[in-house]
Amino acid sequence: MSFTLLDKIWNAHVVREEPGGAAILYIDRHLVHEVTSPQAFEGLRMAGRKVRRAEATFAVPDHNVPTKDREKGITDPVSALQVETLRRNCREFGVTLFDMGDKRQGVVHVMAPEQGISLPGATIVCGDSHTATHGAMGALAFGIGTSEVEHVLATSCLVQKKPKTMEIRVEGRPHPAVTAKDLILAIIGRIGTAGGTGYAVEFTGEAVRALSMEGRMTLCNMAIEAGARSGMVAPDEKTFEYLKGRPYAPKGADWDAAVKSWRALPSDPGAPYDRSIVVRAEEIAPQVTWGTSPEMVAPVDGRVPDPAEEKDPVRRVAIENALGYMGLSPNTPITEIPIDRVFIGSCTNGRIEDLREAARAARGKRVAAGVSAMVVPGSGLVKEQAEREGLDGIFIEAGFEWREPGCSMCLAMNDDVLAPGERCASTSNRNFEGRQGKGGRTHLVSPAMAAAAAVQGRFVDVRKEQ
Amino acid sequence: MEPFTVLESVYMPLDRPNVDTDAIIPKQFLKTIERTGLGKNLFFDWRYREDGSPDPAFVLNDPCYHEARILLARENFGCGSSREHAPWALLDYGFRCIIAPSFADIFYNNCFKNGILPVVLSADDVDRLFRDVAKTPGCRVSVDLASQTVITQDGSVHAFQIDPFRKECLLKGLDEIGLTLRHEPEIAAYETRRRAEAPWLFAL
Repeated sequence: MSFTLLDKIWNAHVVREEPGGAAILYIDRHLVHEVTSPQAFEGLRMAGRKVRRAEATFAVPDHNVPTKDREKGITDPVSALQVETLRRNCREFGVTLFDMGDKRQGVVHVMAPEQGISLPGATIVCGDSHTATHGAMGALAFGIGTSEVEHVLATSCLVQKKPKTMEIRVEGRPHPAVTAKDLILAIIGRIGTAGGTGYAVEFTGEAVRALSMEGRMTLCNMAIEAGARSGMVAPDEKTFEYLKGRPYAPKGADWDAAVKSWRALPSDPGAPYDRSIVVRAEEIAPQVTWGTSPEMVAPVDGRVPDPAEEKDPVRRVAIENALGYMGLSPNTPITEIPIDRVFIGSCTNGRIEDLREAARAARGKRVAAGVSAMVVPGSGLVKEQAEREGLDGIFIEAGFEWREPGCSMCLAMNDDVLAPGERCASTSNRNFEGRQGKGGRTHLVSPAMAAAAAVQGRFVDVRKEQ
Repeated sequence: MEPFTVLESVYMPLDRPNVDTDAIIPKQFLKTIERTGLGKNLFFDWRYREDGSPDPAFVLNDPCYHEARILLARENFGCGSSREHAPWALLDYGFRCIIAPSFADIFYNNCFKNGILPVVLSADDVDRLFRDVAKTPGCRVSVDLASQTVITQDGSVHAFQIDPFRKECLLKGLDEIGLTLRHEPEIAAYETRRRAEAPWLFAL
């Protein structure tokens, strides 16, 4: 028998098979943030239950936190209560909290890999769909709802059906200015936002092996935007090198045993996937979304589509609605779309390599007149590292705002919000209507594309900016 | 959780694909620490105009559907974030069943935890329900979980599939956490075995 990475992790975590094909699956690591956990802790209290493995549970406030004037605290009383509730719950149930003011605080999906909490072969969950990110370690990581958060808190387990497997093989090497973000946007454009529904995606191929760990995180992060609850990359020497010495990574003899075990995780040669897709990296240009779903994406040298050319009536109406919302005319060249705002950050693109990539595009330049741009590091440690490298200076000199870590304008739960009609080049993951503010218009791009757009005031092909 | 057996109701058509959880309940309402009270903000951005008044162009504001407890939707309903606030808002408003050709995975899961039945029908069957309600706004369907059928007003019967464990939990309104906790000895035994194989996962 030959097994895929998913098979191996799944089989190692089945506590019990239930009739009908579901299993009680053991969960190794549980990440918690303030938005999707209050009702779960309240449920425990009402039922008189405890957190079964508080030591395997890690919490951080990220969605509601302010990205400037932190010393004033959270001014919105409703947000403040939610963060305070997380503090209280962590104290009461004995859960580790990386609170505001702790330099480890940041977006949960930046913090956990950085701390070595996310490990190969582990099952990792969080009440957040972008938990797929941690699959970059060679883990099975997926987002859950609040009832499931409560379930994991109480039982260390979840009742799950094994997903089908989809291999997405990215062959060849992309242009040097084409990033993991462009690869995943192009993949979503190809298979659609529901293309991965019911599947665990494993990304394979030369272009994936060539990505850094942070690039792999960007890739896996947006698996959910293709409908797949989890994305994963088999662990390799890069994975081990990334993890070694991180605070919560195994130490000493445990480390050696762990690496030995992790080396056996990659899918066996010839292991069968339920579906396989091959993508050629050379064919992928920098990507820009033009619509209100991540699948509505075009290469930067392309144009906004014309709904009149869409045969399927439901899709045609969806394109018309999207263009109406986005204020775009059919056939507009992507590079002629002017922007008002730029957001660089999020669990997709808020890591140090993302900031370096954006800083290269911003160095010695100025943000275009009329454009407002901000950089929000993914965590306090990313911020600290960037400042050590002088990236903050590059951004500030170019006219970008340099902020404190958090989810920020990825979903605009704090004060970082688009005004109606404002058009934003964003390194985040969702361009849904209203996502970054009611009436706000989001174009998803890579960090280099976002920084270059800030400078030019419109989208530019970063392949020509070398 | 309230059991789900048979639901007979007006159904409201929401004729858009890929309705995401940001559209179902925008982020400003996720700051709550309660499960209830979200219904008034369901589909907020589509439902209300700038001045806060109901937008008559949005189907939810059509008096024909005020009694609707079943929502008819297009493919990939509930895509996007894992926020359980989406099913909470639907439930709080009054929807207990959603019929669509497909759902996003996490949203689909979240429905069951809240006594909402998500029904997957074929695209043809869903088309037909959209046509029926366009012809006769305010028409009704009956959804029977035990027999796994949707029955239209003219008596046509459409079968749907559902995982037997989830069906059982929904029919009886079972506490899933309690069910898993019954297997605590097996969970503990798993941990003992696993700790020997992979001690680093427990070295916290």
